[in-house]
Amino acid sequence: MNKIKQYFKTHSYNIATYGIVIIAYVVMQYLSNADMLSRSVNGYLVPICAYIVLAVSLNLVVGISGELSLGHAGFMGVGAFAGIVTAACLQGVVDSDFGRLMAALLVGGVVAGIAGVIVGVPVLRLRGDYLAIVTLAFGEILKNIIGNLYIGKDETGIRVALSQAELHLGAGGKVILSGALGATGVQKLSTFFAGFLLILFTLFVVLNLINSKEGRAIKAVRDNRIAAESVGINVTAFRMKAFVVSAFLAGMAGALYGLNYSAVSASKFGFNTSIDILVFVVLGGMGNILGSVISATVLYVLPEAMRGLADYRMILYAVVLILVMLFTWSPKVKEIMSVVTAKLGGIFKKKEVGTNE
Amino acid sequence: MNEYSRKMLKVPTYNLLREQDMGKLPVLDVRNLGIDFGGLTAVDSFNITIGPTEISGLIGPNGAGKTTIFNLLTGVYQPTRGSVLINGIDTKGMPTHKVNKLGIARTFQNIRLFSEMTALDNVKVGMHNEIKCSFVSSLLHLPSYHKAEKAANEKAMELLDFMGLADVANVKAGSLPYGVQRRLEIVRALATNPSIILLDEPAAGMNPSETMELMHQIRRIRDTFHIAIFLIEHDMNLVMNVCEAIAVVNYGRIIAKGTPEEIRQNPAVIEAYLGKEDGE
Amino acid sequence: MGFLQYLINGISIGSVYAIIALGYTMVYGIAKMLNFAHGDVIMVGAYMSFCVTNYLGLPAVVGILVAMVVCTVLGIIIEGLAYKPLRGASSLAVLITAIGVSYFLQNAAQLIWGSAPKNFTSIVTFAPIKLFGGQLTITGEVIITILASVVIMVALTLFTGKTRMGKAMRAVSEDRAAAQLMGINVNQTISMTFAIGSALAAIAGVLLCSTVPTLQPTTGSMPGIRAFTAAVFGGIGSIPGAMLGGILLGIIETMTKAYLSTQFSDAIVFLVLIVVLLVKPAGLMGKVVQEKV
Repeated sequence: MNKIKQYFKTHSYNIATYGIVIIAYVVMQYLSNADMLSRSVNGYLVPICAYIVLAVSLNLVVGISGELSLGHAGFMGVGAFAGIVTAACLQGVVDSDFGRLMAALLVGGVVAGIAGVIVGVPVLRLRGDYLAIVTLAFGEILKNIIGNLYIGKDETGIRVALSQAELHLGAGGKVILSGALGATGVQKLSTFFAGFLLILFTLFVVLNLINSKEGRAIKAVRDNRIAAESVGINVTAFRMKAFVVSAFLAGMAGALYGLNYSAVSASKFGFNTSIDILVFVVLGGMGNILGSVISATVLYVLPEAMRGLADYRMILYAVVLILVMLFTWSPKVKEIMSVVTAKLGGIFKKKEVGTNE
Repeated sequence: MNEYSRKMLKVPTYNLLREQDMGKLPVLDVRNLGIDFGGLTAVDSFNITIGPTEISGLIGPNGAGKTTIFNLLTGVYQPTRGSVLINGIDTKGMPTHKVNKLGIARTFQNIRLFSEMTALDNVKVGMHNEIKCSFVSSLLHLPSYHKAEKAANEKAMELLDFMGLADVANVKAGSLPYGVQRRLEIVRALATNPSIILLDEPAAGMNPSETMELMHQIRRIRDTFHIAIFLIEHDMNLVMNVCEAIAVVNYGRIIAKGTPEEIRQNPAVIEAYLGKEDGE
Repeated sequence: MGFLQYLINGISIGSVYAIIALGYTMVYGIAKMLNFAHGDVIMVGAYMSFCVTNYLGLPAVVGILVAMVVCTVLGIIIEGLAYKPLRGASSLAVLITAIGVSYFLQNAAQLIWGSAPKNFTSIVTFAPIKLFGGQLTITGEVIITILASVVIMVALTLFTGKTRMGKAMRAVSEDRAAAQLMGINVNQTISMTFAIGSALAAIAGVLLCSTVPTLQPTTGSMPGIRAFTAAVFGGIGSIPGAMLGGILLGIIETMTKAYLSTQFSDAIVFLVLIVVLLVKPAGLMGKVVQEKV
């Protein structure tokens, strides 16, 4: 009994994280089945799942590993298009929609992971703001490349080219990706259930990683690089591990996102989306995984919920963002808050002593 | 040639090995080590040999190049000249983390703990290469992960307890008092299972009773783990009492080597170092 | 001849990047923050000039002056309201706040002027110069842009080198705490830097829209990112570095489009940046600061 108690005590954070996600899923799924959600709310479910995964995976890099990355959407885009191509190619091969979606997610993750390795090798030699600008540059490069790719398939197989004319598709051929227009006529495979599974998978990977010796090493590198080296930790290897795992998860989220719409273009996966995801992470709390889950949900819904305000909604969002940053990070406010919490803490402690003895 | 080398007395070239270390491979063997920073020679012709269970000291005035020597020994800097052998293996071209794996660990003059992590986790980071658990096992939390974590926890607690830090195991390292942080750094260094540890001013910022305690602990570390200790310290009382051999550096060069007694009577040392302190 | 034409065009667009990059680099040097809202100040400047010349029918010079004044005030207000309270907080927090300010400016502009692009009338009225029997055309915009950047560069160098305020700026960027101990008013210096950077942004906005005459709320974003890249390229924090980085970036961009590929010009420009940073991790003219152990 004590053992179980102890287990809950040390793992309370993880249990709360999984618990909240599962409860939220069950409630939303019930409401959705009972037809109590409007069409637009139903439409948000999958993108929210994708953004939660994106925020959690970026938190692994920004919060846990301590590297500012401004190109996360690039990996999302790579995953989205790899996933769309995979799903299109498996049409007629794998009958189950769910099976094709899972394959697409996996391929999306693997391709984005490979992109992560290619980007990570040069990027992780740099530090601080320089690392930030290079990830931004890579994000734009990835967007630029996928925005100019033409992919089609016919009986002979998959063809890749840099313009529509060069595709030379045979009879019955089908264009899957057409450059700047992106993917059109995508079969929508993503479901809320799949999104839920992906979130659970992401939480499992990220939380386990954080609580292992690998995670400790990654955090050690963040806290003090030189000290980490001095105790035998290969700094570059661990920054790389965090970066690639993060890219892999972002790719899966991208595939989920891409297969939720009938048309997706590369312009979606640029700097602005990277910044949106970063905002989720920072407002949710650096290194705080549950915080990322909650803030991705709230901040995705917030502008949508303010649709009634029409033109004013984005300006309000901007004001809210600035105010939240000022109130949570300003040294002066922090000072005041610490005094307040210390006083409150004192009151609670006294009470606890009183009730226990 | 600087003014001190002219006055330098005969530097003993033999090493002061303890009886039990005689005939054994030295843990640290440094030959002719030197480094230049942009044309400026910071360390030159540095030679030292440390036996497997020896406690040695490195002293010298501020700016003499003591910490630079530690940085050279641990691979933070790559030497311009000379070589460092740890347990007989040349560290040439190795990055810091590989040098550590050869059996050398250190503490820092300006404390470098993982301040956002607990004291226990700091020690467990030190044990990183000792914990046998694959990446996949870590990701999936397989049974081998749980087994390895449990063993690591126990050993880390033992080490913390050894330095009297068991009570603060779950406190964030950054919020610990200064003296405690210094001791935690020693525990973290010990956790890497080294054959020699370098302590960079371990008593800095400690009060006299803490320093006394530290002196006992340094001897206990050697006697318990059977490892060598090489320390930089300004507290002469600690150095003279704990160290069995002392090297004195000034302007990046060794100006004297010997037992505490010999160093105390060495005129060059008195001139360069102790004499100056008397004058203050 | 084609090469020369591209080179001149490259230097011209590069000069605009350079003027914007100066704003980034000065703010970074002194406040150690990436001011992502800087690109949107450019847009505000362009709209101001547009309103003065098109709605009020005043001459272009008045337009530029009004734009500069409005942007200077805007820069000081932004710094005071949004960044100053966060001094001493993590740089990431300041970055996110800057992004909030950027969203705010873009959406405010959309509310005021609408999202439909405005047709910006060039401030330059004289005809292009044709050389070599018309083979080489140098437009008035090109001449004005290059001239403006040279004047700004010289003025800034003199300002930071000779004046009290300029020296104070250099001191603050070198070591803020020490500067404060020497009696320099750090807050005032930082405000001043934002003011100068924003005034430059206004000029850049007018020049940019004279060359590329579509003006909309997102006009500043992409040139902003480009110029930021240029500042890093040249070594962020360094004034000559920003100038060099801006002009080189402009030339590389134009040449890439002319000789290599229009489609992949973005990718190639950013790839060059990455290669430069790998060879020189602090940019072309930046200093590498070694961490002391």
